[in-house]
Amino acid sequence: MALILKKVSMKEQDPQARRSNFREVALGYSLEEAMEEARRCLNCKRPLCVEGCPVNVNIPQFIQAITRGDIQQAYSIICQTNNLPAICGRVCPQETQCEQKCVLGKRGEPVAIGRLERFAADYCIERGIEENVEIQPNGRKVAVIGAGPAGLTAAADLTKLGYEVTIFEAFHEPGGVLIYGIPEFRLPKSLVKKEIGGLKKLGVNIRTNVIVGKTITIDELIDAGFEAVFIGSGAGLPKFMGIPGENLCGVYSANEYLTRINLMKAFDFPNSHTPVKHGQRVAVVGGGNVAMDAARCALRLGAGEVYIVYRRSEAEMPARVEEIHHAKEEGIIFELLTNPVEIIGEDGWVKGLKCIRMELGQPDQSGRRRPVPVKGSEFVMDIDIVIMAIGTSPNPLIASTTPELAVESWGGIIVDEETGATSKDGVYAGGDAVTGAATVILAMGAGKKAARAIHEKLSGQ
Amino acid sequence: MYKIVYKEKLASGIWMMKVMAPLVARKAMPGQFIILRVDEEGERIPLTIADFDRQEGWITIIFQEVGLTTRLLAALNEGDSILDFAGPLGRPSELDGLKRVLCIGGGVGVAPLYPQVKHLWDNNCSVDVIIGARNKDYLLLEKEMKAVCNNLYITTDDGSCGRKGFVSDVLKELLEQGNQYDMVIAIGPLIMMKVVSQITKQYDVPTIVSMNPVMIDGTGMCGGCRVTVGGEVRYACVDGPDFDGHLVDFDEAMRRQQMYREEENHICRIMGMEGV
Repeated sequence: MALILKKVSMKEQDPQARRSNFREVALGYSLEEAMEEARRCLNCKRPLCVEGCPVNVNIPQFIQAITRGDIQQAYSIICQTNNLPAICGRVCPQETQCEQKCVLGKRGEPVAIGRLERFAADYCIERGIEENVEIQPNGRKVAVIGAGPAGLTAAADLTKLGYEVTIFEAFHEPGGVLIYGIPEFRLPKSLVKKEIGGLKKLGVNIRTNVIVGKTITIDELIDAGFEAVFIGSGAGLPKFMGIPGENLCGVYSANEYLTRINLMKAFDFPNSHTPVKHGQRVAVVGGGNVAMDAARCALRLGAGEVYIVYRRSEAEMPARVEEIHHAKEEGIIFELLTNPVEIIGEDGWVKGLKCIRMELGQPDQSGRRRPVPVKGSEFVMDIDIVIMAIGTSPNPLIASTTPELAVESWGGIIVDEETGATSKDGVYAGGDAVTGAATVILAMGAGKKAARAIHEKLSGQ
Repeated sequence: MYKIVYKEKLASGIWMMKVMAPLVARKAMPGQFIILRVDEEGERIPLTIADFDRQEGWITIIFQEVGLTTRLLAALNEGDSILDFAGPLGRPSELDGLKRVLCIGGGVGVAPLYPQVKHLWDNNCSVDVIIGARNKDYLLLEKEMKAVCNNLYITTDDGSCGRKGFVSDVLKELLEQGNQYDMVIAIGPLIMMKVVSQITKQYDVPTIVSMNPVMIDGTGMCGGCRVTVGGEVRYACVDGPDFDGHLVDFDEAMRRQQMYREEENHICRIMGMEGV
């Protein structure tokens, strides 16, 4: 059989139409398309794709089930190791994980593993097909801090192992970055709610409005009978550049901007009561996925022109290729090798963004060529909203109220890489709280690892 | 859901509510705040804790109807519930070791001042209090304050209660008369805190003000509440809400306070309410 070197393409909303709505951009495969794509899989004896997956989904097996049209079986195989497949199928960077390892990728395009995962999950969720899991409760309590990808995964795995798990979430809604950060058009919130609903049905307890470190401390949780604690509190602290004008009205951290729009539904103001400023000319500073998300939100709120201002070139951008591609299709303007030096204001409001052109010098510690300012190249962009998307760091609330918890100077919790164990006995951590801002799937992988380690410790294995 | 167990009208458009929130009450300290959301479509707004009872598990909030959310909140009654209520947030006020303090409250700012005055009084500190309001109908907690301080001074803009004028007039007099204070604590409108801080700076009296900017999460995540203090950017939610009044950039804070005025007016109008 001849190799088919291209993926079956997936339908997307037309760029011109989607730039003014918040509905999902990628529309998913039909059953026929999924089966056709699944047939491209070579079903390797030693599947490298599985090694590339942080939660080791049994990829060839589930794809083989799709070729047979047995989607329920495919879903079931995925769910053995992945508790949030509809989410992962959409937001995992497959191109640097499972799909990067796919043998087909050497000659052409790898199998569209992410799209197939998404298909299987959507297909079963739409039809109300649920995983039946037999759980033997062991009566032992574990606390999880933060209902984001790491916490949800740890909680689900521990619940399946029989533990009585309670997640404590600071916000009024579970989901973490899946709810407040990633926009509707990339990850529909109804879907996140359904996948979390599935975990609740499994038996995971979620207590919202509890800020660990403020409402309750880790020591108090342990005193209350929780035998282990997993910290998955993420990296929620926004960074600013420290340039003049950052406190002008109209300057947002990407965190605030996205939280207003996603969690608080500001795009639906005034039906939803939280406002957000709609700029006409919006500049988003940064080159990661969060920057792309913020820029594409600004466009959908009606901005005439939206700029990505990034100090390096496109090759160094940390955003997924797909996100950059989508942003460009929608008309986002890329100002590359450009760095803001000052936000210019008038009567307290943003009026412009003063930038300087950059050129690439010698590689720095990250291996990427370091951007250096070009003398005398300053210029002013006419801008009315500035969004800073230059990264986040872990929140110090928990560390500052848990004295025995060792943290890095930049705030990351120090853990044993194999187990997620922290310096405090019985306390584990994973996800962005440990690594700094990374991906959903890496956080899920860390949650999984810690769940296994907690089980080994508590069951004396 | 967080049940409202008591509601009282304190003045025109100013309400007091006791809300059952045992976990919050267990940890609450003077100077801290909560964040609430009235209903599914609601905004998250911060309100300072005005009183609490750890045993009974309630938190008192006092608020003025100014925008949509506070009006929706005011429409709830005893027995109703608030959808979300999280806290306690922010750093508690640092009140230990103070011997003589002047506390100044303006408008609805008198409410969050009360637990601090009470705490100081209970810890054998000598406390003078100045409270001010537009007129006597808007004056809060006069009786309660009287019970927990050495001297209570009242001002109203129109002279309908106490003396006519501003809290800052009394402050100036007290300092001119040579009264010595370890500290001045001022809570109220930004302009009041600004004027108070300017006066106390001349007399070199350390001054703490409580900032109440727009915020979403209250845990350091959004950065919307940033204030410039001594040339440095601080987050009111985690670094505050108390800051050194001599170092706060009030003009910037006042501009930032106005950021959503247009939207607030719009939403109030379409909901059939008067604008802000």
